[in-house]
Amino acid sequence: MELITAPNLEAADDFYEALIDAHRDLDADRSQALNARLILLLANHIGSQRVLLDALAAARGAAR
Amino acid sequence: MNLKELAARKGEPVDYQSLVFDYHRSPDQAAATPVRRPAAVVGAGPVGLSLAIDLAQRGVPVVLLDNDCTLSTGSRAICFAKRTLEIFDRLGCGDAMVDKGVSWRVGKVFLRDEQVYSFDLLPESGHARPAFVNLQQYYVEGYLAERAAALPLIDLRWKNTVVGIEARDDHAALAIDTPDGPYRLEADYVAACDGSRSAVRRLMGLESRGRTFKDRFLIADVRMRHEAPAERWFWFDPDFHPNQSVLLHRQPDGVWRIDFQLGWDADPEQEKKPERIIPRVKALLAHSAMKDVDFALEWASVYTFSCLRMDGFRHGRVLFAGDSAHGVSPFGARGANSGVQDADNLGWKLAAVLQGQAHDALLDTYAREREFAADENIRHSTRATDFITPKSTVSRLFRDAVLELSRTHAFARTLVNSGRLSTPSTLAHSPLNTPDKAPFAGAMVPGALAADAPVTLPDGRRSWLLQQLGAGFTLLVAGDGPAGLDDIDGHGLPLKRLRVGLDIDDVDGLLARRYDLQPGTAYLLRPDQHVCARFRNACAADVDAAIRQALALA
Repeated sequence: MELITAPNLEAADDFYEALIDAHRDLDADRSQALNARLILLLANHIGSQRVLLDALAAARGAAR
Repeated sequence: MNLKELAARKGEPVDYQSLVFDYHRSPDQAAATPVRRPAAVVGAGPVGLSLAIDLAQRGVPVVLLDNDCTLSTGSRAICFAKRTLEIFDRLGCGDAMVDKGVSWRVGKVFLRDEQVYSFDLLPESGHARPAFVNLQQYYVEGYLAERAAALPLIDLRWKNTVVGIEARDDHAALAIDTPDGPYRLEADYVAACDGSRSAVRRLMGLESRGRTFKDRFLIADVRMRHEAPAERWFWFDPDFHPNQSVLLHRQPDGVWRIDFQLGWDADPEQEKKPERIIPRVKALLAHSAMKDVDFALEWASVYTFSCLRMDGFRHGRVLFAGDSAHGVSPFGARGANSGVQDADNLGWKLAAVLQGQAHDALLDTYAREREFAADENIRHSTRATDFITPKSTVSRLFRDAVLELSRTHAFARTLVNSGRLSTPSTLAHSPLNTPDKAPFAGAMVPGALAADAPVTLPDGRRSWLLQQLGAGFTLLVAGDGPAGLDDIDGHGLPLKRLRVGLDIDDVDGLLARRYDLQPGTAYLLRPDQHVCARFRNACAADVDAAIRQALALA
C-alpha cells in the first residue's frame, strides 16, 4: 500500500475543527504532548512501515 | 595461590573476589631470542578465558597473559544469556554457572507504580538452558579459571603486562613487563581480549569510535533478605526516584543489583558515598513490602557509557574480541555476552588455521561476522538508551507519550524499551553459508544459531541436541541420510553424524518442528553451532562442498 495523498477524509472540515478543538485550553507543552500521542495512535493504526516512512518523508518535505 | 590449587578446591565455596594468583617466571623470559608460540591471548577476563579454553580444547597451546593477578572485583556483568550458557557448556563449565546462577526469563516494566509491560524471553519449553542466569562476574571468571586450570595446554601468566606490540606479516611480536623485568614473545596470532581500555589497541594506534551518552548511572549491589521473584524489574519515573529510571535484579547469595539513573549533572564522587546511596536504597524499599529490612552495601559504581566499535576487528595477525573491539550500554546485557560469543566464533577458526585445516582467510570471516553482530548489538543498545535517556526535547516528548499511552493501550507497550536483551545474531550474509536450494519453513536459516531440542539417546537417556553436537562439524540428518555419508570427512576437522531416529530420537517432536525436518533433510552445523547449510536430499558432494565453503576453502 502507498501513502494516500489524494483527498481521503470523510469529513475534512469537521476533522480539522475537531483537531483544533482537541487542543483548546492546552498550553504549548500539553499541545505538543497531545500531538505526540496522536501521532503514535495513528501510526499504530496505519501499521505499514512503508506508508509510515513515506509519511515521514512527505512531512519533512522530501517526498516527490 | 596457584591456579592448580583452585582446580583442586572445586566443589568448595570459594571467595573468588579475594583470590590472589601467584606470578611464576616463565622459561620464555630467559630465552636468548624470543620464543614463538602459536597463540597469545591478552586479558584473562570472561572473553580471554573462554577463548583460551576453546583453543586448548581444540589442541592449540595458548599463552594467556594478564596484567593483574586477581579475578573481577565487584559484580560487574551479571546477566548471562542462554547462548552464552550454551557456549559455557561446550567449554565444560555450563553446569557450574547455571547451578550457582539465578535463572530468570520474565522482565516487567513499571511507569511510576503501575506495571505497563512485561516480556518473557523464553516463552517455549524444550531448551536445556534458561533464557538468562544472573551471576556475578567473579563467579563466571572463577568457574572459567577452574576449567582453564584443568587444561595443560593453557599457560596462564599473571602479572604479564603487554607494553609493546609489533604486527608483522607472519606473526606478532610482544614486549611484556613482569615483576622480573621485561621479555619478548612472538605469536603466530594474538587475540586482544583486554577490555574497553585495551592496551593492545592503544599500542597499535587504533581506536574504538562511537557515541558517548550524557547520563550517569549508579550501580548499588546490596545484600538483603528481599522477597521478590527472580525477574528483571524496571521503573520509569518511580515515586521513590522521580524523573529517572531504576532497575532491580536478583543475584545469587542474596545480593540485589539496583541501577539508579542519576542524570548528567550528578557528581560521581559524591554519589559513590554510602551516605548518598543508603537513602536511595531505603526509598526503594519503603515502596516495597520489605520496608524495614536490613541491608548491607556490597559494591557500588557510578558509570557513564558509550556505544562504540573498532572499524575492523582484525588487523593482520592481531584479532580483537570483546570490549576491546566494541562497547554497548548495559541495558540489554550485550557486553559480556557478545564478548563470549566473539570468542566462540574465533576459537574454531583460529584453531583450524593454526592446525593447517583452513587458510588465514577464514579469520577474515571472524571479523566480518562479529562486526555485523556488534552493529546489531549497538543498534539495540542505542535504541534502548535513547528511550531511557532521551537526547532532545522531542525525543523526550515521544518517550513520555509512549509511556503515557502504555497505561491503557496495548500497542504502546511494545514501544516501551528498557533494553532488548541479548540474543545471538543470525549470520544470514556470512560468506561461510551455502544458500538454500529448496524451500524450508522455520527459523533455522543458514547463519542461524542451532536451536536446542530435547532428544533421547539409543540407551534411553534423555539429552539435548546441543549437547550432542560435535566439536567440529555436525551433520544432522533425518533418517539414513545421503548415500556415501560415511565417506564424507570434515577436511581435517571432526565430522559428527547425528542421524535422527538412529543416533538420537526426537522424543517430543520439537526437533522436527524447529528444523522443518522431512525424511532425507540434512543440516550442516559449524563447530560454533551455527547452521551453515541445509539440504532436502543431499548427496555427499553437496555436503563436502558446504564444508569447504564453511572453511573458506571454496
